[in-house]
Amino acid sequence: MTAARLLPLAVFLALLGAWEAVVHLQSIPPYILPAPSLIFTTLIDDWRLLSASLAVTLRITALALALATGFGVLFAVLFAQWRWLERSLFPLAVILQVTPIIAIAPLLLVYLDAGTAVLACAFLVAFFPILSNTALGLSSTDHNLRDLFDLYGASRWQQIKLLRLPSALPYFLGGLRIAGGLSLIGAIAAEIAAGAAGQGAGLAYRIVEAGYRLNIPRMFAALALISIAGIAIWLALEWANRAMLSRWHESARERGL
Amino acid sequence: MSAPLVSLNGIQKTFANGTRALDHLELAIMRGEFVSLLGPSGCGKSTALRIIAGLEQADAGTLTFDGGRPEIAFVFQDATLMPWANVFDNVFLPLRLKGLSRQDANASVMDALVHVGLADFVTSYPRELSGGMKMRVSIARALVTKPTLLLMDEPFAALDEITRHRLNRDLLTLQADLDMSVIFVTHSVYESAFLSSRIAIFSPRPGRIVETITVAPTGARTEEFRRTPTYLEACGKAAHALELAMVGA
Repeated sequence: MTAARLLPLAVFLALLGAWEAVVHLQSIPPYILPAPSLIFTTLIDDWRLLSASLAVTLRITALALALATGFGVLFAVLFAQWRWLERSLFPLAVILQVTPIIAIAPLLLVYLDAGTAVLACAFLVAFFPILSNTALGLSSTDHNLRDLFDLYGASRWQQIKLLRLPSALPYFLGGLRIAGGLSLIGAIAAEIAAGAAGQGAGLAYRIVEAGYRLNIPRMFAALALISIAGIAIWLALEWANRAMLSRWHESARERGL
Repeated sequence: MSAPLVSLNGIQKTFANGTRALDHLELAIMRGEFVSLLGPSGCGKSTALRIIAGLEQADAGTLTFDGGRPEIAFVFQDATLMPWANVFDNVFLPLRLKGLSRQDANASVMDALVHVGLADFVTSYPRELSGGMKMRVSIARALVTKPTLLLMDEPFAALDEITRHRLNRDLLTLQADLDMSVIFVTHSVYESAFLSSRIAIFSPRPGRIVETITVAPTGARTEEFRRTPTYLEACGKAAHALELAMVGA
């Protein structure tokens, strides 16, 4: 158990150590490859700048994820109720999903201001996994339970609230975990396309800007922050998944029970 | 002689894919009777049950209830519990769908759980229960509306024999206590002989009743009943009738 947990950490630290050693032994200049220690000190020195940008990116990611969750679940419920609506709108959702967001971003920037365009991009990539997973979950209810609800004369709203939504919860949470990562990717991709400077500059812009200035350690520091943000989002959603499903769903079952 | 609680006359059912499930089904169930529908797999027994429950519409024929549609409960082959809800909420479901509040339903739910011996498991989740216990929850859920007609579709088929025997005995006690009519679909000759006051033998598809065997009035039966001539004779007759039905197909 502990060995299994320590192993990935040990590998990670060993890689950092090797990196540090190579940079020092080969005397590689920091504008080509900074050592991990330098990246760490840059992170601390530039914290004020980087943390402000991190807040911008995280805020957009969280807002996009919240909007995607709201609209994704809403449309999935509407699709489950009216098949014709699903047939007419689902292809549009697929088109938005398969078109790379980095290609849509410049177009959105023509019509929207930079902040809104970045939000729209992050929303677009997060929306589809939630919509499609929740729709799948809503249509995967136990047919015997559906019969039972019919037998006792359940209303349409009771069917949704007491049967379809709870059945769809594991599917929805699966979609949410994918969407969490994607909304960060969408936000970063759109920030790079937007290239917005000044007050509302996100982490991706800091990377582009630092690249122009050959400030490679700062590029790495911003990159590290993006990775950490991604990991934090993943862990938070994983935790939410466990907390909501642990009592009843196979996927959240403790191993070795 | 009073009118039967349920009567099916000339019921026909063909599915959209062309499968003829039922052909001119004639069946009448009296109040307080325990009738088994016995037949090979896929002979339309379940379809008959679903038509009585109103989950399926017959193409032709009439379904009549004496004194209007009675309170009907249905027990499926699987326990069919909501995995996200605990035992209490699963049993509460039918009353909740009828608009009762948790408080108003509390006494009925607890009463049903006491009847199946699961009063101590209200906060357990289905995943934490054995197959037999899940089926008991399913039965409690059926009992909670105090049905006059209980429909059961091979409810114990997936359980081990000892559990099945115990549930068979408990079911008879419940039927006697609660004064229900039961229609019980099974493909086990022994199960039908042990439980029923009457056994209706189905032909293979398209299903119709080829023979009806009267066993004995119901009431609480013990394991002893399995050694009585009544039981053994019913087993023999049912097995023979089933054999004939299969050959005649």
